[in-house]
This record gives sequence, structure tokens and C-alpha cells, in this order.
Amino acid sequence: MITVTDLTKKYARTTAVDHISFSVNKGDIVGFLGPNGAGKTTTMRMLTCFFPPTGGKATVAGFDVFEQSMEVRRRIGYLPEAPPLYLEMETIEYLRFVGRLKGLSGAELEKRVAFVLDRCAIADVKMKLLGKLSKGYRQRVGLAQAIIHNPDVLILDEPTAGLDPKQINETRDLIKSLAGDHTIILSTHILPEVEQTCEQVLIINKGKLVATDSVHNLQARARGAESMLIEVGARSGQFAAPLVQARLEKIPGVSHAALKEEFPSSARFEVEASKGQLVRGDLARAVVESGWDLNELRPSAMSLEEIFLQLTGSEAAASPEPAQPADAPAPEANA
Amino acid sequence: MRNIWIICRRELSSYFSSPIAWLLLTMYSVIFGWIFWNFLAEFIKQGMEMEMMGQAQPMNINEQVIRPLLGTSSFLGLFMIPLISMRLFAEEKRNGTIELLATSPVRDIEIILGKWFAATLLYCWIVLFASISFVFLFRFGNPDWKPMLVTFLGVFLQGAALLAIGTFISTLTKNQIIAGALTFGACLLLWVFSWVSSYDSSTWAQVFSYMSVITHFDTFDRGVLSSKDAIYYLSVIFLGLFFTARSMESLRWRS
Repeated sequence: MITVTDLTKKYARTTAVDHISFSVNKGDIVGFLGPNGAGKTTTMRMLTCFFPPTGGKATVAGFDVFEQSMEVRRRIGYLPEAPPLYLEMETIEYLRFVGRLKGLSGAELEKRVAFVLDRCAIADVKMKLLGKLSKGYRQRVGLAQAIIHNPDVLILDEPTAGLDPKQINETRDLIKSLAGDHTIILSTHILPEVEQTCEQVLIINKGKLVATDSVHNLQARARGAESMLIEVGARSGQFAAPLVQARLEKIPGVSHAALKEEFPSSARFEVEASKGQLVRGDLARAVVESGWDLNELRPSAMSLEEIFLQLTGSEAAASPEPAQPADAPAPEANA
Repeated sequence: MRNIWIICRRELSSYFSSPIAWLLLTMYSVIFGWIFWNFLAEFIKQGMEMEMMGQAQPMNINEQVIRPLLGTSSFLGLFMIPLISMRLFAEEKRNGTIELLATSPVRDIEIILGKWFAATLLYCWIVLFASISFVFLFRFGNPDWKPMLVTFLGVFLQGAALLAIGTFISTLTKNQIIAGALTFGACLLLWVFSWVSSYDSSTWAQVFSYMSVITHFDTFDRGVLSSKDAIYYLSVIFLGLFFTARSMESLRWRS
């Protein structure tokens, strides 16, 4: 659906986006992740034909963003960081205007307006002035205007920025429910959002793409060996953290057990198994057979947060996992 | 064409849903009404004096009331035009709505024409609305309507030309006040350029005088339909909108 090859954007002195390449399949939700100023918005603006790229090529639904800009614009719905609302207009009047602008008219227009009012749950404010709406409503009206012409591709720039937790959840659910009909690219710097909403992640830092993969693979890749979090509690008999640690380390397949936290009658360990070894069952049995309580046992997947910091932080160079795509040059501090 | 109309309609409705259109309409009508009253009162007083003294000099309502009145309305336009045009692009840039327009399947020139057309319509509507006073002249007098129409055409053309310049200036900044002040300066400058002709007739003086909007308004004000002056206004409109298009293009390449 979207193909980007060596896309570059240079401003007067800085390079905001530096030779990034990726592609997105039809119906996918892709998270575009990066710290502020990494080049997310710039990339999105190039895809939406707001400005042309300095170099490289991008196509949406087979149309080039520069050569066939009008065709691309017909197929894209865009929600910029600040929803583009005319504050002196009423919701319904605004949606009609955007619909007309995108080429709808007559009965078709009314049908789509009614549809997005319902879909984005803004029917109750359709006669209100946009300037009087709360932030959550404004965001939803922004989403409504992006989907009004039923575009193939939705590009959402930080759709949940500045909302309260309840609104964030609502917006996320709304985006997820839109995924079937549209291919979605959403940018964010909030990591759980990507974990919860997206199937694929693009991590961008200082204008360069540092990783692109599915959320699942990315976690697996960053994790390397399987590691688990285990909490053992006292029941009867002797209980001491070193004792438990020694017992855990004796289990075949466990390469390392580290004490994370110690409480009066329980302790928490991080247990690392050698690659390919499934030791969860052995762990449970060992604990119970020694007369202790097994309070908790779960795989401690590395959160995207850690992966993200690993990839974008200064440790990136020292990281044992080369997450870099082969065609991207080594990062340098030129942004 | 359809897109131009969509943009134009939204602009007009936004002028009228914010107080700006109503404010301009009211202020302009009050000032214009006051001036109308003054010119007319003087005209009537002169007429009565002449009758008392038994002189029968010809009185001409076109020359003595309508012409100076419409001349004044072209002058009042100078103050009104920056207030109309300053928001056209500056507001969109400040609110971020420019991103919606610039990523919709609409060409830049359609956006520009739609906006300029809306501003011009509003200006013409305000001028016409205030000119309702002329109904009294036709009811109680017998003015010639043909030169009056030509003068109206001049007022509209001058407004459209200055609004094209204002539209261009509005694309340069996010700040409406800066856009307004610059437009006001440009309007005033194009007005006072004509003053040079009163004491100098060198080539430079003629060039400056030609550039002035008021030089070209004079023929319209006399009721003379002159293609040379109409072409001046049309070329200012073209130039203003051309620069607006270039400015929007550079907005895309730079920003």
C-alpha cells in the first residue's frame, strides 16, 4: 500500500529525514515511533503531499506523492498533530466542508457525514461550535474528518497527545476498529500505545530508521535468551533469599538467577535460561517441592521502552543486537 | 471551479460567523451614512441659497453628491481592506488548518482564488449595502445612473486589486496583525504615490503616479469607462494572486 525508498528531506541547514525506506501492506497498523524531533511529522507530511521530498521516492496505492499528488491525496486521510479545525464552524458544517473538499457531494456526502458522526461518537455535538468542544471531542472530530472520504490510507500524527487516560483508551479503540478498512500509520512517542495498537513498528531517530519489525519480533530479538520473573514466598520451614537463589541455580537449563527484590517473607528473582531451554515447569516444581510458595512466575519480556532506549540511546552502538537495517549507514550526530 | 466555490463559501460563512463581517458592515454603513448626510445637506443648502438670490446656476447631483461620495468610499476601502484580507492565510497557518487544505485534493490556485473571491465579495457587499442611501436620491431626484455604475465598477476593481495584494501579504506570516499592518501600509503607499504628479512630471514621477491606485480610480470616478485603467487593476489582481501562488509554493518547499 505504501512504499518508501530512500526518502530524504533537507531543510536549510538540517537533514530532518535521511534516506529512510520501508513498506506497509494493505490493512496493517504501523506505529511510527521516535523521540520528539526525530522526523516523524516530516515523513508524514511528505506522505500526505504537504511538501515534496528532497530526495527519494514514496508511493501510496501505487501513486507517486510528487508526480501524482492529486491521486495520492484522494486516497489519504490525514490527522495532523493539532486537529485542523475551524473553530468558528459547527461540527456537522465542518464535516460537510471537508467532505466536499475531498470530492463528495449530494446523498453520498450526507451518508458519509452520518456514518463518521456515528463511528467517531460525535453525533451528540454535531450542532456545537468546534471552538467549544473539549480536547477529546476535537480529536475525534479530527479523526472523523480524516476518514470522511473512506480513504485507503490513514495517517495519524500523535493521535492521543494531550488526552486524558480515558480519552486515550477510547481513541485507541477507535483507531483499532478502523484498521480493517484502512491501512494506518500512526506516530507516537508513547510506547505502550504501539504495543497495544500496532502490529508493526518503525523506530526512527535523528532522521534515520533504526529498526523496523513486528512488535513481537522486536521484543523477541531484543530479549535474546528467555528470562523469567519469579516470586517465591515463605510457607513453612527455612526461608532465606540466598537459599532460594542457590536452589534455582541448580535447576538444569538455568544459567543465572539474580535477586531483584527482597521482602520479609518473599523474594523476587530474575531467572535467565539458556537459549532454547524451557525451564518454567522445572522452576515451579523446584519451588513447590522445597516447601515454598510460588507467588508469581512470568516471562519478563523486555518492554518496548527498553528496546527503544537501547536503539535510540547512546548505548545503541554498544548493543550486541544489530537492529539496524543493512542499507542504513551508521548513526552519526549530524541532526 | 467547484473547489473554488467550496472554499469561497466556507470563507464567507466564516466571515459572517465571526463578528468581523458584521463589524465592518456596521462601521462602514455608519460612516458612509454620515458622509452621505453631509454631502446631501450641503447640496440642498446651496440649492436653496441660489434660489433665494435668484441665480439659476445648474446644479448637478451626480457631480456634487454621488461622485465625491463614491470617491470617499474608495478611500474608506483603504482602511477596510486590510481588515478583510489579513486573516485569509495567516489564520489558517496559525490554526494548522492549512495542513487540511494543502493535503486535500484541491490545487493551490483553487484555494487562492476561492479565498480572494470571498474577500472581494464581502467587500463589494459592504459597499453596496451602505450605498442603499442612494435609493433616496433616485426617489427624490433624478440622477444619471450610468456614470454611477461605472464609478461603482471602479470601487470594486480597486478593492479587488488591493485585496489581491492583501491575500499575498497574508501568506507571508502567521500573525494576522502583522499581515494587516503590512497590507495597510501597502494600500496607503499605493494611494500616496499619486501625489508626486502634483509637482513633478519627470519620467519617474509618471511611473510612480501610474502605480498609484487612485490615479486610475479618477477616470472611473468621472464616469468614464476606460480600458487602460481597467487593465491596470486587472494586472494588479493578476500580479497579487501570482505572488500568492508562488508564496504558497515556497511554503511547501521550505517549511
